[in-house]
Amino acid sequence: MSRYADATWGTPVGRRERVVDVLVVGAGPAGLSAAARLAAAGAVRVEVLEREPVAGGVPVHCDHPGFGLRARGLRPVTGPEYARRLAGAAVRAGASLRTGVTATGWAGPRVLDTTGPGGLERITARAVVLATGARDRPRAARLVPGTRPAGVLTAGELQRAVYGYGRQVGRRAVVAGGGPVAAHAVAALRRAGAVVAALATGEPGPGPRTAGAGAPVLAGAVVTELLGRGRLSGVRLRHPDGRETLVRCDTVVFTGDWIPDHELARTAGAALDPATRGPAVDGSFRTSLPGVFAAGNALRGIERAAVAAAEGRAVAGAVLARLAGAAPPWPAGGTPPVRVAAPFRWVVPNRLGGTPGRFLLRPDRPLTDPVVVARQDGRTLARWSPRGTFGPHRSLALPGGWADAADPAGGPVLLAAD
Amino acid sequence: MTGGTAAGAYGGSGAPTGAYGGTDGTAAGAGAPAGVYGGRGPDRDAPAGAAGGRVTRAGALPAEPYDVVVVGAGVVGTAIARELARYSPRAALVDAAPDVGEGTSKANTAILHTGFDAVPGSLEARLVRDGARRLAGYAAEAGIPVEPVGALLIAWDEEQLAALPRLAAKAVANEYHAARPLTAAELYAREPHLGPGALGALHVPGESVICPWTTPLAYATQAVRAGTDLHLNCAVRAVRATPDGHRLATCRGVLTARHLVNAAGLGADELDRLLGIEDFTVTPRRGQLVVYDRLARGLVRHILLPVPTALGKGVLVAPTVFGNVLLGPTAEDLTDRTATGSTAEGLARLREQGARILPELMDEEVTAVYAGLRAATERDDYRITARPDLRYVTAGGIRSTGLTASMAIAAHVVELLAGTGLATGTPRELPEVRMPALGEASERPYRNAGLIAADPAYGTIVCHCERVTRGEVRDACAATVPPATPDGLRRRTRARNGRCQGFACGPAVQELFERYTGVRR
Repeated sequence: MSRYADATWGTPVGRRERVVDVLVVGAGPAGLSAAARLAAAGAVRVEVLEREPVAGGVPVHCDHPGFGLRARGLRPVTGPEYARRLAGAAVRAGASLRTGVTATGWAGPRVLDTTGPGGLERITARAVVLATGARDRPRAARLVPGTRPAGVLTAGELQRAVYGYGRQVGRRAVVAGGGPVAAHAVAALRRAGAVVAALATGEPGPGPRTAGAGAPVLAGAVVTELLGRGRLSGVRLRHPDGRETLVRCDTVVFTGDWIPDHELARTAGAALDPATRGPAVDGSFRTSLPGVFAAGNALRGIERAAVAAAEGRAVAGAVLARLAGAAPPWPAGGTPPVRVAAPFRWVVPNRLGGTPGRFLLRPDRPLTDPVVVARQDGRTLARWSPRGTFGPHRSLALPGGWADAADPAGGPVLLAAD
Repeated sequence: MTGGTAAGAYGGSGAPTGAYGGTDGTAAGAGAPAGVYGGRGPDRDAPAGAAGGRVTRAGALPAEPYDVVVVGAGVVGTAIARELARYSPRAALVDAAPDVGEGTSKANTAILHTGFDAVPGSLEARLVRDGARRLAGYAAEAGIPVEPVGALLIAWDEEQLAALPRLAAKAVANEYHAARPLTAAELYAREPHLGPGALGALHVPGESVICPWTTPLAYATQAVRAGTDLHLNCAVRAVRATPDGHRLATCRGVLTARHLVNAAGLGADELDRLLGIEDFTVTPRRGQLVVYDRLARGLVRHILLPVPTALGKGVLVAPTVFGNVLLGPTAEDLTDRTATGSTAEGLARLREQGARILPELMDEEVTAVYAGLRAATERDDYRITARPDLRYVTAGGIRSTGLTASMAIAAHVVELLAGTGLATGTPRELPEVRMPALGEASERPYRNAGLIAADPAYGTIVCHCERVTRGEVRDACAATVPPATPDGLRRRTRARNGRCQGFACGPAVQELFERYTGVRR
């Protein structure tokens, strides 16, 4: 396959060719925050492409409070309101925000082909920011066996259906997966008038506190089979003690397991991080491709919207440095990777280099007051003892300064629990 | 599932062109220059006037007798209906399901075979060989996605390596002369991502991949446009002989037919028995398959076939016309004719075998898992038989090669029907059919500047993973044989067929489906 798939289609018949300074792909919290800061810095043409008809990303479909910039002293708002604020800020700063336009592939380094109702374009940029977000792994990707009935959703589809379209989804549902989104899925189901028969977290730990909302939490239970023809009639569960039960339901919602939407990163040929499945980035959110940056949930699956927005602001600084010619050059052979060992799942950023503000480290299972150590080539670089409980849905944030102690020509850095 | 949609609300003669209005306009039907999309205008533009048959999914059935009724609207039944339509009988195609191609035809390995490994001299060998030639030509004409990628039969041990010359000789016996042996080095040069340990291969350049969904839809579309009625949600419960032929009791009432064709697939033996015929028993053979994300497409160039040995058939890895990679099938003999579920054991076994064939594939995301049932019988060949006394033809025991052989089976069945007294005469040209450009190798609407300029709905992508536009969804819903369910829409457009499985587009596609078909679920 051609690295630049659409280039194989030869001359761009009917494609309008345009040039911008920065092309941001994806108008979620990361992309909009990046665009706002880039545009506010002035003198750059910043364009944001959003394939959906409405800008804002996942928060658009999260009609519950809790979004916002508490750290900046603002009152938390609902997802849609948060999305409107971010989009408004980007546009007011001077960014061009184009919804309903899809980046379909690369025609060259930092050259993207797009499709929209206004026609086809080929946009050349001095820098590209991939802020394409993440998605729930759907049922098939989890290899859950059984029939293929209607009534099998992801949390993302559920929230769009309920909050975006006011649709009913079913009468009796099981939510499969843990974390805060599972709790939001329970709320969305209840909003749509469904009874939530069970929340099977499928992972260790107590799971979210949704019992008060009327959904029994089955901690550690895994959906092992879907039943029913035409419409789902039930799911089989395996409990941590090995017991199997059958729960009658007409709807099952999968969540708690995310994958970055990394298609553009991959088709560009950017190196991926094996743990996050997103593009590997250094402390300045630089991918392995010169002038191509990535930020937000496209890097690793989900963090809170405010985290993605902060990364958007941070990537803007790195992009501006590149545009000013002030950024350090892309190292030819790449920089050493930052890897994780059990009980950690991934870390972002995951390459040395750049100016990391912090490292987000995601555990695989609940950890209370862990001790984390960073080592390279047998040498201990840093040690932390963060207080609190972290887990599969809550990252530790490690301050970034320690990376200066690493040898940029050395081997991989390993983050592990001590 | 169709929620009481009135008969006649769909269909050729009733296609509601222009009924939608609004911002979508009807540009594709009225304003778009014919010939932009797919060369001959979109499906909905085709003449569907007085000559067209009806597509019904509910309501009463016509009282007047048909010359021929074909039972079963899978790839074989639709092909028969299409072939019959060339002779202009009053014909109907009926199926218990709400759509064409809802059984075995929608869940197979989607390969257009050469027939190189059939049993020489068998009916199957002849019809696969003839059918492959016919379907390749038809696919080019009708715009059915096909990619001539070729196949490699890969030997992983000495026994399989020793079997390759026999398979090459068998290919020659089947009049296929292009198969060539490859050394291990030649094999790895062709398939650099292949797992270690392969000893050699037989290259069969004539094997292709094809769209299994578009094929029966194209046949049915053409048959309906030529005047054949298509009655769906129409299960045949009993058949009684009458002096004039057959009286079929269906779940929607009575149909009468002078001649009857059994293309009922997994139910073919049961339909035979309704006529008092005991010829074979269908043993459903389940095949589970795993579909990998399109980002895996670069890992494989050919259809990678296993070498059949005494120990079993093994599984294949193949690209699809949509740019995915397929792994499967299992082969499990069952008794339940509805057991189209996947199993943990089946999937584990597939992944174990896939990991050997194409190790990097295991790191890719799975887009879909499905299982289909092949209509195997106790016989080793097709069972296509005519009963002139009953004016009845059965096309049974059509297993995994049915897609490839469909047009040849159809020609054979129509010949047999003539032998049962059906007046055929000189065939006529059928109305042209041009199917939507679904294949990755075709010029899809989302990258067709002229089409988008004529109608911006083709620039409005609604399913992002598969790049399906609102214009395509609209066209599919207004087509001669429209979808009855969102799943039917998926098979016509690819909408929701991608890696997110509806995470991003599910509700939007559902809304469009309801808006354009009027079907609420």
